[in-house]
Amino acid sequence: MENTVNNNMIDTLITSNNVRTPLIVEDAILTFKDVCVSYAPGKNAIESVNAAVEKGKITAIMGPSGCGKSTLLRAVNRMHELYDYIKVTGEILLNDQDVLKMNAMEVRRNAGMVFQRPNPFPNMSIFDNVLAGYSLNGIKLPKAEREALVEQSLRNVVLWDEVKDLLNKKGSFLSGGQQQRLCIARAIALKPEVLLMDEPTSALDPIATNHIEELLLTLKKEFSIVIVTHNMSQAARISDNSMFMYMGELIEYDRTNTMFTNPACQKTEEYLTGRFG
Amino acid sequence: MITHTKFRQLKDKGFFILICLLMSLGALPLVSILFELIRKGYKQLNIAFFTETAPSTLDAMLAAGTGDVIPGGIANGIIGTLIMVSLASAVAIPIGIMIGIYLAEKPTAIFSNIVRFVADLMQGVPSIVIGIISYAWIVCSFQSYSALAGAFALSLMMAPLIIRSTEETLKMLPPSLKEAGLALGASYTSVVLKILLPAAFGGLFTGILLSISRVTGETAPIMLTALGSSMITVDVMRPMSAVPLLIWEFYNDPNLMDMIWSCSLFLLMLILTLNIIAKFIAHRWKIQ
Repeated sequence: MENTVNNNMIDTLITSNNVRTPLIVEDAILTFKDVCVSYAPGKNAIESVNAAVEKGKITAIMGPSGCGKSTLLRAVNRMHELYDYIKVTGEILLNDQDVLKMNAMEVRRNAGMVFQRPNPFPNMSIFDNVLAGYSLNGIKLPKAEREALVEQSLRNVVLWDEVKDLLNKKGSFLSGGQQQRLCIARAIALKPEVLLMDEPTSALDPIATNHIEELLLTLKKEFSIVIVTHNMSQAARISDNSMFMYMGELIEYDRTNTMFTNPACQKTEEYLTGRFG
Repeated sequence: MITHTKFRQLKDKGFFILICLLMSLGALPLVSILFELIRKGYKQLNIAFFTETAPSTLDAMLAAGTGDVIPGGIANGIIGTLIMVSLASAVAIPIGIMIGIYLAEKPTAIFSNIVRFVADLMQGVPSIVIGIISYAWIVCSFQSYSALAGAFALSLMMAPLIIRSTEETLKMLPPSLKEAGLALGASYTSVVLKILLPAAFGGLFTGILLSISRVTGETAPIMLTALGSSMITVDVMRPMSAVPLLIWEFYNDPNLMDMIWSCSLFLLMLILTLNIIAKFIAHRWKIQ
């Protein structure tokens, strides 16, 4: 009995004093300053997150279900605005501009997002899906430029050879992994500054997951990537920096190597060793 | 144990046979109606049926005397129905779709709840009441029966059906579709027009076709508004005929009895065709 009480006290101590190790990055593309997100008044789902995301690197956000990792990611491209009960406060700087004060459409063009489930537009061909960012924004490109862009984007996601003869077919007949790569191509065709990925491989089989992971490693040369994942080994495999979140708080943020070999917080260690989550 | 399984299999089979029997019982009315209409109406279906106006009593009487088919056709009704349903569609489809979009996008707003409630009530209003209202509003203010008033009445009947079917179809779309569009920086308008509506096309079109097939057979509101006409006319400010209205007129003239059957057959086939097309489209463009 006494033992349980003690354990609970330790838990409380850790979350209240959360021993954060704010990673200092030299070249930040994205900076969170006191970011809070609430789904209901007076109750924060995300509690003042402070962190800077490094440019040209893959940053993983991990943590158990419901810890707020997706919520934090969706705050960046202001997806929370679709639901008027969600409130976001604080500052999120994308290249030193506060996205919460910018025009939402402009923010979303600069911060591409890939969702958990592949969601190509069912009414558009593969070709049109890749260019959807342009057509939806009313941007007209010359034919040659369009073709070059589609080819380049599809080559970037290693899908070109598989679909080059099927560009005018609908995207929905592709396999799940191919559809997800098509969605990544759609996001990077707009040449965003940062690519937000919300558990992009959770709906895919191991082989497709492997494809996407390899792809991310090549994509980070051009784009800064923030990836939410509940898969620790995935974070360890591909990310340069890692955030660990628990109960809406950023518990630890460090180089992935350091965090996985020598975590600073007990909670992180417990999570990484599989004691909860 | 084995006997127990056998018994359950037997029960299974019995249940299946029962369902098949009840199903054929349910299909029986439609099949027998169709059979009856074809049997009684097929001989009037010739080219004149589609190209000539409704026959007069005298012509019909003379034809009946010699045992010929009744001359003339229902061209005035077909053209009238076509014009009035098209006019009604032109009004009801855009309005219905726009209101449907609103209901699907703002499902909990107070205004949505009111509109949804009103649309549901409108679906239940007897068509003769809608006819009376159209008479009072349109016929009385223009001082004349007109196809316009008929189209108005039909559009009042179509709109609620389209509103609800649009709403239901859009609600079936995964929310991720809208998020994916917005995440690319698209405006709300272009997400609705270029992603949501095309993705929902099958459902929207089915709803529209069903609402058309529903009002095509309406008689009461047409009777009070368009009145009917024995000539082929395209002037929407003048009285006009319609296929269901002609059935009623033929019914009042004992010499034209045969025409009732062919007219009914034509109307039923038209509505069945619309329904089959709607089914086909719903299947072909179903939401994945």
